[in-house]
Amino acid sequence: MRQEKITKEKVLMTGNEAMARGAIEAGCSFYAGYPITPQNEIPAYMAIQMPASGGVFIQAESEIAAINMVFGAAAAGTRAMTSSSSPGVSLMQEGISYIAGAALPAVILNVMRGGPGLGNIAPSQSDYFQATRSGGHGDYRCIVLAPGSVQEAYDIMPIAFDLADKYRNPVMVLSDGMLGQMMEPIQITKSPRHQPARYKKPWALTGCRNRKPNVVKSFYIAEGELERWNLELQKKYQAIEKNEQRLESMFSHEAETIIVSYGTMARIAKSLVMKLRSRGKKIGLIRPITLWPFPKKGFNSLKRNQKILVVEMSYGQMLEDVRMAVGDKFKVGFLGRSGGGIPKETEIVRALERL
Amino acid sequence: MERTISRTFSLKNVRTHYCPGCGHGIAHRLVAEVVDELNIRDRVIGIAPVGCAVIAYDYWNFDCAEAAHGRALAVATAIKRVRPENIVFTYQGDGDLAAIGTNETIHAANRGENLTVLFINNAIYGMTGGQMAPTTLIGQKTATTPEGRDNHQGYPLKISEMLGILPAVKYVERTAVYSPQQIMQTKQAIKQAFINQLENKGFSLVEILSPCPTYWGMSAQEAMEWIRDVMSKEYPLGKIK
Repeated sequence: MRQEKITKEKVLMTGNEAMARGAIEAGCSFYAGYPITPQNEIPAYMAIQMPASGGVFIQAESEIAAINMVFGAAAAGTRAMTSSSSPGVSLMQEGISYIAGAALPAVILNVMRGGPGLGNIAPSQSDYFQATRSGGHGDYRCIVLAPGSVQEAYDIMPIAFDLADKYRNPVMVLSDGMLGQMMEPIQITKSPRHQPARYKKPWALTGCRNRKPNVVKSFYIAEGELERWNLELQKKYQAIEKNEQRLESMFSHEAETIIVSYGTMARIAKSLVMKLRSRGKKIGLIRPITLWPFPKKGFNSLKRNQKILVVEMSYGQMLEDVRMAVGDKFKVGFLGRSGGGIPKETEIVRALERL
Repeated sequence: MERTISRTFSLKNVRTHYCPGCGHGIAHRLVAEVVDELNIRDRVIGIAPVGCAVIAYDYWNFDCAEAAHGRALAVATAIKRVRPENIVFTYQGDGDLAAIGTNETIHAANRGENLTVLFINNAIYGMTGGQMAPTTLIGQKTATTPEGRDNHQGYPLKISEMLGILPAVKYVERTAVYSPQQIMQTKQAIKQAFINQLENKGFSLVEILSPCPTYWGMSAQEAMEWIRDVMSKEYPLGKIK
């Protein structure tokens, strides 16, 4: 659908900068954020480029203020975004719940670091549960996208904003300190990749000139009102689960063993898969790109004799989704490290041998 | 016959949920009258708080957003920044603005956001059942200060005076609604705070001392007299900046 003019231009940038650039090119015109490592390149980029592109940049007084600013900007009908890293995203959860409850489109970047608590600033994937199980209070879901390279971090931003507008729902882009800090040459898409006109926002707060007043709210106090609204949300989530599962699948039909990984971990797994295949091993990879909705469809056609190894930079979070996707028909092995540890190729090979 | 008074167009013709003698009804109406008189109904955006005024948008006949408890000024900041042509105001109670939202309040004020802030100070949490507020007076009995507030629970927080020292703050005035004269003064102050925004002058706040007879344990009239005789001694009326 999109008319993209791909040029030969390649630019060397970090994953964080790539996401910031991708957001602006996707029509994001409001950014608020609070400093936290390892995502500081994003607000630094936005501080220069957002005003340069006619948008608004605010350094907020806290992550709590930042996400509520995003609530306001989204309510006013603009494409709005914030970014943070794990502890900061924990602080934002209340606001994300309000955004979901008020059915506002917004994008939240989480460049994950080690936890719990202050943890450390090393890359991690241990916010998977928080991201995919709602994180804040109430029955809601964020759409969660997990880029696996700097190029994809750039390419995924217009998808994130389109999904947010299409479903009037918060979208979280789940990255990590490795992907955020890593530099790679990426191909820049030259023409504007967003079509804001596709998503009309008659509900937005613009002043009630020539129309009835609009109210943006998540408060439904009358008898039965909240349950009716929650059922509306559930219908939306069912549509998202049906329509928006995304994954990358490599050799998964013919492989004897399949590694399931996302983000930075999938990048490491991918190079191992290519290495092992060159030695004649029948191995494949499934890389979920949407973590919610979890891409169950990628597991439907697997055969019972295929073995699965889930590898994460956390202690068995995505593992639960894989188990739910395949049921108890498959043997599912697991390898995970967290707190700054990243499973090495040799460790993955040993885990494969143990299957 | 000459028409001398009519229904305030920016106020919906609906039943109130507020208690008898509550000050919110007066303050809501004053906001609506000012919006009508300044002819800004079609571009005003109000931010309702969490507290008794949580459904203020059920009364006001113009665009409104809710905000999480204490976050009205973060929401308002963003709306005004992305839509500078709109007139944006927050309506917040003492718990919302001066306890859980202190951070957002101070920083929006310190940035000099071009906003209008209406701060309803009734020295108590009404919606949740009459607990101590940051503005509760020393000795005042509440659900969480059954013996009366003492120093260990802090002093009445003078948030308006605190904001007054910030260089980016344009206008701060404290008014009350205990008499027709004070109500007219309150309306003047609200109007000034909106005019300041229309003239791009920056952050303007009106603190309104308002009665909560239900949780003060008083009649409506006693509550008005208590504002006049006791509360306004702790919180002196007048222009702070």
